[in-house]
Amino acid sequence: MSRRVVVTGIGTVTPLGVGARTSYDRWLAGESGLEDGEGRCDEFDPTDYLSKKDARRTDRFTQVTIAAAKEALEQAGFEDGEDAPVDLERVGCIIATGIGGILTLEKNSKLLAEKGPKGVSPLAVPMLMPNAAAGNLAMRYGLLGPSHSVASACAAGADAIGTAMRLIQAGDADMIVAGGSEAALGSLAQAAFDNMHAISPSGISRPFDARRDGFIMGEGSGVLVLEEAESAAARDQEVLGEVLGFGASSDAHHITAPDPSGDGATRAIKRALEDAGMTPDDLDYVNAHGTSTQLNDRSETEALVKALGERAKQLPVSSTKSVIGHMLGAAGAVEAILTLIALKERMAPPTVGWEERDEGMDLDYVPEARPLEDVNGDDGAVAISNGFGFGGHNAVLCLRA
Amino acid sequence: MAEETVSEDAVFEKIADAIAEIGPEREDVKKEATLESLDVDSLDLVEVGQVIEEEFGVEIKGEDVEKLKTVGDVVDLVVKRAS
Repeated sequence: MSRRVVVTGIGTVTPLGVGARTSYDRWLAGESGLEDGEGRCDEFDPTDYLSKKDARRTDRFTQVTIAAAKEALEQAGFEDGEDAPVDLERVGCIIATGIGGILTLEKNSKLLAEKGPKGVSPLAVPMLMPNAAAGNLAMRYGLLGPSHSVASACAAGADAIGTAMRLIQAGDADMIVAGGSEAALGSLAQAAFDNMHAISPSGISRPFDARRDGFIMGEGSGVLVLEEAESAAARDQEVLGEVLGFGASSDAHHITAPDPSGDGATRAIKRALEDAGMTPDDLDYVNAHGTSTQLNDRSETEALVKALGERAKQLPVSSTKSVIGHMLGAAGAVEAILTLIALKERMAPPTVGWEERDEGMDLDYVPEARPLEDVNGDDGAVAISNGFGFGGHNAVLCLRA
Repeated sequence: MAEETVSEDAVFEKIADAIAEIGPEREDVKKEATLESLDVDSLDLVEVGQVIEEEFGVEIKGEDVEKLKTVGDVVDLVVKRAS
């Protein structure tokens, strides 16, 4: 029998604030963390979490990870100065990122141009490498199990959770600190996304709305403590939810554009449900990838209809990116966390700003928050959370709380 | 160009400032303090070396790093090479 994977800790740093509950409450209230065409984590101060030395030696994408992980691990029973509540040799760490330490890359490229090779920091590579967040986190908490990063662009956060789930199921670890992080709000990434016409020229993130014209980049991190169910039960740890299933696929179509047929995403959704032992009728909610680009939101709608049939039209389908923008490699993790809270609360949070229906996009995109149908009663509410990335990667989680 | 003598005090002040940038409190950075006690590792020392090279034109090489145990060792090396 397969080992079940539950969630015993969650933590986020998002443009809506520090702390998972803060982000959820503000999203439910319809507040946005986006300002001047970007989603910056203004409330996050690295010196609240890191010594001066550690702050200097880490890229911002690692710093937000450390803050999110602290929240999640404290909730899971890790306390400063106390012995860990589990055998650390059985604890892994998988932190995804879309781009890694691009701000460090940008800064050191400038130093190289201005001062020559000797101006480049010896710390540049260990700061900018995509696995820097996972490595630093493992060091900080003495996590001795498997540890690495997952890179699948905007699907990476969901892929990290799926990969962690598999490692726990396979018996390679009993607990994995899993999530995603991104801190790419600098001129390089901004210019690149601008030049591919991915970023909204109007500066508005309005997923699924007919007037959508691109995404708004956000930064931050989401970290979950995933734990084998019996391990959590043995130490009487509160369980926040369960990762029931994971489905991943590739479009093999185009390096940035999704397959307009939505077939790749359809396969991932179907696989996640099958893995979870669920049917479309068991679902209460869909947390969409919903980027606010013309292409994604249409092909995702297509995929939901293909994968869920008539049920797709009955379900609330909302996008967190309407309030935090697109956090790239962090998106899937933050969205899974906020989905778990929404399920626990039996609420469908809104796609803030959705007003105008686009032709052929006939789902219920939840312009106002509302209670879930709660089809499973005491068994818990069930959702899928979608993540799709450049490269044609599709990663879908089936969650219950 | 005339040789310029670099004063030991001036070198110490610069190096201590550079080390304090990395993490330790400025008042803890004394000549007799070991780099280990200040939590300055080999990567940090390369960064201190970048400041030294910019200020005094002295290069701290890889083979120097393992010999440098205290702040004073770094100061002495710079003074010796700069004069």
